[in-house]
Amino acid sequence: MDAFQYIGKSVVKVDGREKVSGAALFTEDIEFGSDLLYAEVVEGSHAHAMINSIDISEAMKVPEVLSIVTGKDFPYNFGLYMNDRYIFAQDRIRFFGEQIAVVIARTPQAAKKAAQLVRVNYTPLPKVLNPLDAIAAGAEIIHPDLGQYAHVPWFFPEAGTNIAHHRKIRKGEVDKGFEDADYILEDTYEVPRYSHCAIEYHAAVAKYDHSGRLTVWASSQSPNTQRNLFAKALAPLGIRHNDIRVIAPHVGGGFGSKAGVTMEIMAAAIAIKVQGHPVKIMWNREREFYNTYQRLGVVAKLKIGVKKDGTITALKHDLYWDAGAYVEYAANVVNAVGLSAIGPYNIRNVSIDSYCIYTNLPPGGPYRGFGYSEFLFGLESHITRIASHLGIDAVEMRKKNMIKEGDLTAYGAHMNPNGLSEAITKVAKEIQWNKKDRSSDPNLAVGKGFALFWKAPAMPPNASSSCFLKFNEDASINLLVSGVDIGQGFLTVMAQIAAEILTVPTSKIRTENPDTDRNPYEWQTVASHVTWGCGNAVRNAAIDARDQIFSLVSRSKFLPIEDLFLEDEKVKCKTQPSFELRLRDFIIQGIQMGDGTFRGGPIIGRGIFMPEFTSTNADPDTSQGGHPNVHYTVGAAAVTIQIDKQTGRMNILKVVEAVDVGKAINPDLIKGQIIGGLLQGISTVLYEEMKFDHRGKMLNPNFTDYKIPTALDIPDEIVPIIIEVNQPDGPFGARGMGEHPMIPVAPMIANAIEDALGIRIKSMPITAEKLCLEILKTNPKTPQ
Amino acid sequence: MKKISFILNGEKRFIHVEPNEILLDVLRDRMGTKSPKCGCDSGDCGACTVMLNSKTARSCMIFAIETDGQEIVTLEGISKSGLTPLQKIFLEQNVFQCGYCAPGMILSATELLGKNPHPSRYEVQEALAGNLCRCTGYTPIIDAVLELTKKQV
Ligand code: FES
Ligand code: FES
Repeated sequence: MDAFQYIGKSVVKVDGREKVSGAALFTEDIEFGSDLLYAEVVEGSHAHAMINSIDISEAMKVPEVLSIVTGKDFPYNFGLYMNDRYIFAQDRIRFFGEQIAVVIARTPQAAKKAAQLVRVNYTPLPKVLNPLDAIAAGAEIIHPDLGQYAHVPWFFPEAGTNIAHHRKIRKGEVDKGFEDADYILEDTYEVPRYSHCAIEYHAAVAKYDHSGRLTVWASSQSPNTQRNLFAKALAPLGIRHNDIRVIAPHVGGGFGSKAGVTMEIMAAAIAIKVQGHPVKIMWNREREFYNTYQRLGVVAKLKIGVKKDGTITALKHDLYWDAGAYVEYAANVVNAVGLSAIGPYNIRNVSIDSYCIYTNLPPGGPYRGFGYSEFLFGLESHITRIASHLGIDAVEMRKKNMIKEGDLTAYGAHMNPNGLSEAITKVAKEIQWNKKDRSSDPNLAVGKGFALFWKAPAMPPNASSSCFLKFNEDASINLLVSGVDIGQGFLTVMAQIAAEILTVPTSKIRTENPDTDRNPYEWQTVASHVTWGCGNAVRNAAIDARDQIFSLVSRSKFLPIEDLFLEDEKVKCKTQPSFELRLRDFIIQGIQMGDGTFRGGPIIGRGIFMPEFTSTNADPDTSQGGHPNVHYTVGAAAVTIQIDKQTGRMNILKVVEAVDVGKAINPDLIKGQIIGGLLQGISTVLYEEMKFDHRGKMLNPNFTDYKIPTALDIPDEIVPIIIEVNQPDGPFGARGMGEHPMIPVAPMIANAIEDALGIRIKSMPITAEKLCLEILKTNPKTPQ
Repeated sequence: MKKISFILNGEKRFIHVEPNEILLDVLRDRMGTKSPKCGCDSGDCGACTVMLNSKTARSCMIFAIETDGQEIVTLEGISKSGLTPLQKIFLEQNVFQCGYCAPGMILSATELLGKNPHPSRYEVQEALAGNLCRCTGYTPIIDAVLELTKKQV
């Protein structure tokens, strides 16, 4: 293969120095001067209620309060895939803590004080806190207007019910598949809600100046999508796209929570009420938990039929999602899972029903893994259970049924090239799958678990990326893109792609954080697609710049264009070894001819990318016919755990994970994603648990009561394995992998627990307490 | 309002503070020192870590008025004369992702190595356990600290 200079190298992150020196500025670090105003939210105190009246008279008396904004001021709805959200509650609130009004004041203290004095009069409504209750006969309807909301054409809301979307797959003959089976396993798995817990809060500052220009600084994964949704929601006020500028400084962690639009739209809207002043709205840790997106909960009913030899004959997967009060983004999680809930298997007869169900809990939304962690918990538990029932090795069972290049997915498209088989083999070898580890201490049990995973980006078929590449006089480069570095290393990977093509070192390339006025369009930084999508745009921009360079040199130096090539920031010629021209000598200034005139001018590369082969046109009753996903990233993972039988405490002795990344553009960054993603996944199994009371109020919205792991809570050994089966349409063969490391963790641990103790846990989380109670149930004599 | 003074990153600073003003807010909003971050406001995350009289402290849990006459160092102070060997190895090994935890994490690791130049793996884990990081899984940070201590015999 080609020897690359920058691709495949663990170059130092282009934003690394800023991050380790304390220089990096996040949204809250930017100064806005003494005219800055502060906004405080008035939150609803019911999970479901009609708002009769809002009395702001006492609150307005607080000194230094400028304005109080309520739903009346902005009677507009919005949303990413379905317009079911409001900037502020209108006539009703649908989850505990929903924003009803905002107080704007000169100081945060005045704003807080006044917010407590806003009096809201409610008529409580019956609330629905669980998806199965929400679809029971006679359930309270949370969105009576569901039938009126605009939505993307691939959603199928059922007006008059709490089902906001229903994705159906029908493939082959499912009944016959089960008739042909020698063994059928049917069970229900439950996965609760989780919180992203990025350490940086959401923050937004907006200024609507006297010329009518609206600038928003936001901690965001989606600056262009924010601008688009702000413009659409505020269009009745005469605000257009080019009036709005969204600037996204460094982001202190996202994991999906800062995708789409959440609290930022309040900043954009209220700025209009205090024209001329910047106004800041900051979330706090509590609101990070209960008023941003949460990962959806799910109840999954799974039925799989197999032949005696382990061949899967049919799968039926019914998923009931607790999608929360607003599903403008969550409905696409449900959709994505509906399309992919057969997992990385080749199954002929399939029935999937994925229901997006409104509940009176905080809005569900994108979270690293986009629903795949949730359905894989059941699916990968099921596969291991079936294998042990049949007496087949769990890894062999997976190898037998795994999907291969060219096989059909559940919706009838062909599977992309992939290294799943290699991943399985390497993981099994590294974890020593064939060797049973047992503890000599009778109080300790050791077990191993295995799981596969796959995930495709979930995007509209026209999600696109673009790039401007500008040279400077010294041949250094400013790369303008609108993807966001949320820690995954996006800025660096884009620099590496441009560096490779233009032979300019990454240390001379500055990839700029997004500013919608300056940087060209990117749909959003989600779905693990920016390495692939935006990477293609950057590659195209670099090739465009290179073409311009060669054309200029060819016409001014009279050299055949096809003989020119780049090396070490110089143009060279295959047929004239003595010729070389440094980029810095002409890249801005041009090339001088014999008569004193110049040719050329600043070289500016332009690149775009849109996956032109995708389509969501399909039969709504079967989902057959379209090509909704660009490709899948696959892999395998395994774990060895040790369980203290007296306390239920689990120790992760070793975890191995292999991901087929297509091409590892920066191996350090990929290993970082694997190690970090694994711990995030482990945390959802062992530690994290949201508690809601009977009113639908979250009881533990803080890091004292909602535990995320510390440096003491990590596996003893982690082995990341990189597999590289090129993605033909990826930049240098790369495909995305940022979300994937966390998604096989839950079933892999559940499988290891069963291996160790013979106990099958079918609901998450699996805390030490829960496991200990299960151990006591099976063996009440265990010492207490 | 009370006038207090402290040494911040080597420079004597004077400021009038209310008795209930939090050190983190004073550093960020009134002193222009932005590296200490807020990640919880309740002592759980360590993003607001500063060095108070050479010991790490959570600036969200301290009233500014308590620091009268004391010495405070933030990551800006550490970086003043170029990156330290610890910052350099963190940079070279790409240990941080979003970097929001980095200011606190670097101060905690710096304190550890000052007290104990050859810590065990467990001692590094313990020293960093007060700094939450949601991105990295900690292992790359711990590995880099240990590698540095091996280099510096
Ligand atoms: S902000 Fe001080 S410990 Fe979290
Ligand atoms: S690198 Fe993101 S929180 Fe530590």
